[in-house]
Amino acid sequence: MNHDPAGLVDAEGGRLLAALRHLLAEKDIATPGEIAERIAATERASPRLGAAMVAQAWCDPAFRALMLADGTAAAESLGIAMRGLPPLGVLENTPALHHLVVCTLCSCYPRAVLGYPPFWFKSAAYRARAVRDPLGLLAEFGTQLPAGQRVRVVDSTADYRWMVLPLRPAGTQGWSAERLAALLDAGDLVGTTVPTARERV
Amino acid sequence: MSGRFQPGAAVRVRDAWPERQGPVHLRTPHYLRGRPGRVLRSLGAFPNPEDLAFGRPAAAVPLYHVAFDPGTLWPDAARDGDLVVEVFEHWLEPRA
Amino acid sequence: MDQDHPRQHHDIGGVPAFMCREVDTEPHALSDFDREVDALRQILGQKRVMSVDELRRCIEAIPEADYHRLSYYERWIRAIADHLLRQGTVTPDELRAALEQGG
Repeated sequence: MNHDPAGLVDAEGGRLLAALRHLLAEKDIATPGEIAERIAATERASPRLGAAMVAQAWCDPAFRALMLADGTAAAESLGIAMRGLPPLGVLENTPALHHLVVCTLCSCYPRAVLGYPPFWFKSAAYRARAVRDPLGLLAEFGTQLPAGQRVRVVDSTADYRWMVLPLRPAGTQGWSAERLAALLDAGDLVGTTVPTARERV
Repeated sequence: MSGRFQPGAAVRVRDAWPERQGPVHLRTPHYLRGRPGRVLRSLGAFPNPEDLAFGRPAAAVPLYHVAFDPGTLWPDAARDGDLVVEVFEHWLEPRA
Repeated sequence: MDQDHPRQHHDIGGVPAFMCREVDTEPHALSDFDREVDALRQILGQKRVMSVDELRRCIEAIPEADYHRLSYYERWIRAIADHLLRQGTVTPDELRAALEQGG
């Protein structure tokens, strides 16, 4: 490789990061302050945001319609920062259809509304198996779909980021959006698990 | 921007393997090449990632959600379900 | 691994070598290293120094054995370094000197 004849990129990750931090700060491309600020901004995104969207959709048919038509607009209407980020697509589960999201090529994940991707989502086992053996994979997450509900695997390969709008659990009539949101975690929002009327957070 | 395929269109993913020729960046998984599918819906148009990856000017290409029967992809896959993938138009051809 | 298949090594949907692996569903906390690499990648994207597809392409260029040995963010920092060198934003001499100084 002509651009790196000495194989400098083979250096240990921590050393590479330290060296690049130094060089990019010197070149005023990425300063330590900017990096700290970015980390703080990234940590503000978490599955709580996606959970709030889903809970709102369960309570408000107009919001649900907006969310299914334009996930980005729905997220922005709740004050979630989406500017400059990939468009958010929302996959609606029904009694007949369950969605499972994977990225077999890398690890595309709806970070704006779920935060950092979980370890398992990035793993080779998850990426390889979700498309070919979704039911076996779901079983490992303790998820068994009811008879008559087919699974649709969505391989997130390109420009969208996909989240799942799960079915509202039975026995939650009249619950507030806040109470409903506490039933949801990241797995429910990419389809490895399904929410129940039991609190997750 | 609307592309050449409408929802419901029968398509086939091109049986092309550019990765055999040299360095490339592709967003069409290997397991779809040459396989039949059906267009679910248009997702708009996005700059071609195959050019973006190399810092080249990238034209916008229509992008579709295309549904596949897992049984046509893997002999051991359960047929009770499907697989939906974002595929760029230049990877699709019409299927009779 | 299925050597007769011309797929690229990151392109692992349905690939037999991984089909019998269990998924590690335990939570893994991110380290400071992970968070910093992630933030750096975002800044380089915002400043149009490196697009997502340029990152992906450089991750895909990591030799197969290294790809599977490195952690997720170790792949990223290696790909970022590779891209900055290819682009000329950082020269090999600069990077060598910075590595020798310990950052």
